[in-house]
Amino acid sequence: MELFRVTNRYSFMSKSKLFLSISLTLMILSIALLFTKGLNFGIDFAGGTLVQVKYSEEAPISQIREALSDNELFNGASITEFGSPDEVIIKIKKASGELQKDIGDVVREELKGTGDYQIRRVDMVGAKVGGELREQGLTSLALVMISILIYVSLRFEWRFALASIFALVHDVTIALGAIVLFQVEVNLDTLAALLTILGYSLNDTIIVFDRIREGLVKFKDITLSHIIDESVSRTLSRTTLTSLTTFFVVLTLFLFGGEIIYGFSFTLLVGVVVGTYSSIFIASPTLIWFKFSVDGYRRILAEKDKREKEKERMRAMYERGVM
Amino acid sequence: MKLNFRLVIFSLATIFGIVFSVPSLLQTEGGKKINLGLDLQGGLHMLLGVKSEEAIKSKVKSIATGINYFADKNDIFIEDLKIDGEEIHFLFLDSDDREGIERYLSKIEHTKFTISGESVSLEITPEGQEIIKQQALNQAVETIRNRLDQFGLAEPTVAKQGEDKILVELPGIKTQEEEQRARNLIAKSAQLYLMAVDESHQAQAGIMTNAQADNYGDLLLPDVIDENVKYLVRSIPILDGARLTNANVVFNEMQQPVITFKLDSLGAEVFGNFTGKNVGNRLAVVLDGKVFSAPVINERIGGGSGQISGNFQLQEAQDLAIALRSGALLAPVYIMEKRSIGPSLGADSIQSATVALVSGFILVIIFMILYYGRAGIVSNIALITNLFLILAVMSLFGATLTLPGMAGIVLTVGMAVDANVIINERIRELLYAGKSVSKSISEGYERATTAILDANITTLIAAVVLYAYGNGPIKGFAITISIGILASMLTAILGTRGIYESIANSVAKRGSGFFGLPKGEKK
Repeated sequence: MELFRVTNRYSFMSKSKLFLSISLTLMILSIALLFTKGLNFGIDFAGGTLVQVKYSEEAPISQIREALSDNELFNGASITEFGSPDEVIIKIKKASGELQKDIGDVVREELKGTGDYQIRRVDMVGAKVGGELREQGLTSLALVMISILIYVSLRFEWRFALASIFALVHDVTIALGAIVLFQVEVNLDTLAALLTILGYSLNDTIIVFDRIREGLVKFKDITLSHIIDESVSRTLSRTTLTSLTTFFVVLTLFLFGGEIIYGFSFTLLVGVVVGTYSSIFIASPTLIWFKFSVDGYRRILAEKDKREKEKERMRAMYERGVM
Repeated sequence: MKLNFRLVIFSLATIFGIVFSVPSLLQTEGGKKINLGLDLQGGLHMLLGVKSEEAIKSKVKSIATGINYFADKNDIFIEDLKIDGEEIHFLFLDSDDREGIERYLSKIEHTKFTISGESVSLEITPEGQEIIKQQALNQAVETIRNRLDQFGLAEPTVAKQGEDKILVELPGIKTQEEEQRARNLIAKSAQLYLMAVDESHQAQAGIMTNAQADNYGDLLLPDVIDENVKYLVRSIPILDGARLTNANVVFNEMQQPVITFKLDSLGAEVFGNFTGKNVGNRLAVVLDGKVFSAPVINERIGGGSGQISGNFQLQEAQDLAIALRSGALLAPVYIMEKRSIGPSLGADSIQSATVALVSGFILVIIFMILYYGRAGIVSNIALITNLFLILAVMSLFGATLTLPGMAGIVLTVGMAVDANVIINERIRELLYAGKSVSKSISEGYERATTAILDANITTLIAAVVLYAYGNGPIKGFAITISIGILASMLTAILGTRGIYESIANSVAKRGSGFFGLPKGEKK
């Protein structure tokens, strides 16, 4: 079976403006969403308490609401179904530091008389820890970007690094836009998914870049956009295939993985799609944007080659005892 | 079949993978197994903060207790011994005692004092405060560990985290009630004080305010059973729990559980002296700011043992004895972060993640065979070995598997075939270019290797950062995905090539058909 024949060459560059404008529009929309609607931070980052309660039959949400209403601790609490009608999540913005009797214990007492239930999860994050986690999260995102920038600069060239970072910013922005649009809660696992997208999308991009690097050495008198078309076409089948298998498994996670990792699997699902798209249509054309010069790169390669040869010659001379 | 070194390494890796993942998969008795994270097996995770300022306060109190006893023992008359924040003030009446007082005070660590005329003030130095705070943190870790060890739960973790936090992890907590009991045990400061009741003013205790009590140098403390009953006690304790050597639960004549405690030799001496001098007065047994009993002293009590009674339930008394034995918490602790997961939720998570894993795995396996034909089967062998390798390496290192970790394995199934896809696509390309099968294979592998390395290293970078910055469950994700990537490079670059080489004849016979391409199109 073949999806795309490896010998076919598709003309991506001729439509690069179209794809770039689609992407820029999506990015602008995402940023607008981020600033207007904003991210829905879960308790990991905002602090607060979450109590997951499972009933032996359908959870009596209105009764629960009533049982909690006489305690002012639960003013503004959100009570929602979780995964199945038997299960609810009670969420409040406060957290208590009290060890002897925490909010989980309070809920357990207040709910008496609402049916046969079991408290399955109590997560409580104090404001201070929430702030720390938020800070750490941002640091880790920045750190991944910087490390990737350095690595790609070393292995390729700095404009490749810039192009890949642009693609990553593109992916993360659109993924965040989707997160806002679908009101997915942002927790630690969502962040982990975002970081994974960074690694994953870059993986695809690098495979294409590797081809471009190879093409630059192999073809002497072809333009950059021609080389890009050639490289993206040659890797198209691989990019789609790997994305498909990854998409399959992420889809199974999304469908069967359970409510707890919903934010994680949702973010990955969006990320795999966007990451694949950017690797094919966005990352490489931006090389031209950043005024990547084929001749310049070839000169650098030739330079490098010359130095190596020179070194070898010197070594040979040295070994022969001439010097 | 022809043996070659790649196949040998790959086979060894496969055997290694199967052998070491068996204990975890089959849950055998012996052997190293993967630990389940708290989110999968259920349990309690807490990050505790320490109110270390309180440690300084109790240190000040114990210094004052010491001064009081020193004066008493050496017949030095001191007056108005008072604690004011982090300072202690008192007056001495006979100026001949100045030298003795100076000598005693200069021996107290982390403090400095000034004497002007007859008034003395002593305070804890800023460096001293830092030291006391650090000690309080270390002591809290030790104490909580001791208590939880005696509580009888499997493998509690208590560790210092950062400058001022304590990490507590309790796997195996089954119910909310059990969890609350464990939390209570941790929270008990178990500050035991023996204090003298101020008999001259006790009669007015019921109508007195805290400020008035303070004027007398007294404290107003509630009774443990009836909050409305108040006791007026001298604010400088006679003894504190630091002098305690043991505490046990026994039954009194009414068959109620009570706690007996034993004091060390200095404690016994202080206790004996005090009771000898105060026959007819009352002695309050104060625990965590509440008066448990205040018996009248009938005679001098030697031997240094005492009793705490207070309408205890048996379990309550047992927990209290544990807390007393393991020592007081110098500083109270509070919850900064808590995650508690019931075992049934953990089991549900395992189940749904397994369903995702199995269905994802089957989808990928089928897809690879459809797309690549026989070459797909070879890739699938590598994929299966890959899974075993992840489990084996995790078992060997005793790594912790979390829910995001399981998601990481699922994701690895999708991503691990990537290396094979890259290689297979290269081979197809070379076949189209008209190269022979064996040439296509060897060249395909060579060309694909740099791309595979470059691409996977970036994912590894992300995983390493995740490990460094993530919390427990996320660390689990970083671990599985890193091992998965490394294993996939091994199985794809070495493993599948070894297989191709060993069956080179049959591959050559089938030509491009082996790689899922139409047979006729060799050119």
